[in-house]
Amino acid sequence: MLRLRNAIVELYRKAATSLPADVVSALQNLHRKEKKGSNAALALSVILENISGAVKTVRPLCQDTGVPVFFVRVPVGLSHLQIRSTVIKATQIATRKIPLRPNAVDILTEKNSEDNTGIGFPVIYIDETKGRNLVIDLMLKGSGSENIGQLYKLPVEELQAERNLKGVRKCVLDTVYKAQGKGCPPYVIGVGIGAAKDQVTRLSKEQLLRRLDDVNRHPVLSKLEKRISDDINSLGIGTIGLGGRTTSLGVKIGINHRHPASYFVDISVSCWADRRARMIWDMKSSKYEIQN
Amino acid sequence: MSKVIPPYPPLEKGGGGDFKIKRTKSLNLPMTRKDVLSLHVGDIVSIQGLLVTGRDKLHTYLFNERPPKERIPFNLEGSILYHCGPIIEKTPQSYRCIAGGPTTSMRVEMYESWIIAEYGIKGIMGKGGMGRRTLHALKEFGCVYLHTIGGAAVYLADRVKRVSGVWKLEEFGMAEAMWILEVNDFPAIVTMDAFGKSLHDEIEMRSGKVLKELLRSTRF
Repeated sequence: MLRLRNAIVELYRKAATSLPADVVSALQNLHRKEKKGSNAALALSVILENISGAVKTVRPLCQDTGVPVFFVRVPVGLSHLQIRSTVIKATQIATRKIPLRPNAVDILTEKNSEDNTGIGFPVIYIDETKGRNLVIDLMLKGSGSENIGQLYKLPVEELQAERNLKGVRKCVLDTVYKAQGKGCPPYVIGVGIGAAKDQVTRLSKEQLLRRLDDVNRHPVLSKLEKRISDDINSLGIGTIGLGGRTTSLGVKIGINHRHPASYFVDISVSCWADRRARMIWDMKSSKYEIQN
Repeated sequence: MSKVIPPYPPLEKGGGGDFKIKRTKSLNLPMTRKDVLSLHVGDIVSIQGLLVTGRDKLHTYLFNERPPKERIPFNLEGSILYHCGPIIEKTPQSYRCIAGGPTTSMRVEMYESWIIAEYGIKGIMGKGGMGRRTLHALKEFGCVYLHTIGGAAVYLADRVKRVSGVWKLEEFGMAEAMWILEVNDFPAIVTMDAFGKSLHDEIEMRSGKVLKELLRSTRF
């Protein structure tokens, strides 16, 4: 568990100080596409310089190192409790060593725990898997973009959003319009649809783990993702919200079955600093690999 | 545990990407009313001098406790209040700013107009823009809203030459304390000016029109 703990500290470092290659190349393409000298192009040039500066100096690329959200897939026989306590210990060490910004605040005393741990902090989802590897996905969810997420209960009369995929599209557009530039666009957008409030919020966040070029296995949803992304871009909000051609880097939709009476749609938004990293740990050799 | 790390080497000369090709206005702190009135929405500025950070807790504290100016260890008159919760590292002699990008300004909308009026602040800096109440205060008291680049925390921290002091660190913690930062060549875009103009309002209005069309569209 000591080795695993140290590996999770490295996972934190990877997630905090570098961006996934697909996100970096999307931002580079965007910089080429925006009008020279426009606010969006200016901002993107700084953003790209920031990303390479963070990698070079191994510093967190955004000062808001966010709420750490773990999605863990554990092979049969490994203790979930032990994984949980290892993640918590690693969080305390990573906060000091990298360093991360201490973000866990007690609701009753308003005191910051100073080590990014507390009640329900970090967020840890654990599922058992039939696979032989332990797989840990870490997302550092900045709160500027977390604050602009929304939960809808269809139908919504104000948007004329009915209980169907057309209605879902309207919810996403409404969320991005209301967000404007507050959550650091261009955004990556995760959508979760289903029967229960708690389930769709997790599902929408899980969508943010998909790579930008990941194709939805349902052709209808794949088409819808593209359509909504194009619609968002036509809003003209742009990089950092000061106008521009691109506001969405991608839309990812996940579905569960729903109850006849319920049609919940949750939307999780990531800022351009879409920090995710994955560790794959081979149970036999205890060798691991970290990628993002 | 904490080992001594030397300061980061100075930035390579000429960093700043596309900012180089734009004409920037140099802004020296503290600012005067005249400086404020020379700025208009769309201007690109480069800031030099001492500014302070302040976010949620500092705003509620100033608003609710209303401390007299003498009790604040820095003269806010003419300075910039930067919505930022940085990562700061303690060094043997002082502090070092490791990452320091802006936080969402709209959360302090209900306090800001009063703070501008009371403490003579001439610039508010953050991201995402602010609302009607603040826009009105900018006009009435002569102040501007400066938008810097969200998420560009390393780039911006490298433009902090020195951490000159801190207030309320024990009480509020690292992210919420008021840090006094000496900056150099710190980039921002004027997005709300003292003449009642707001780029955020314009973009919201334009995108609102497009949204209406998109919601009406029956093509699917």
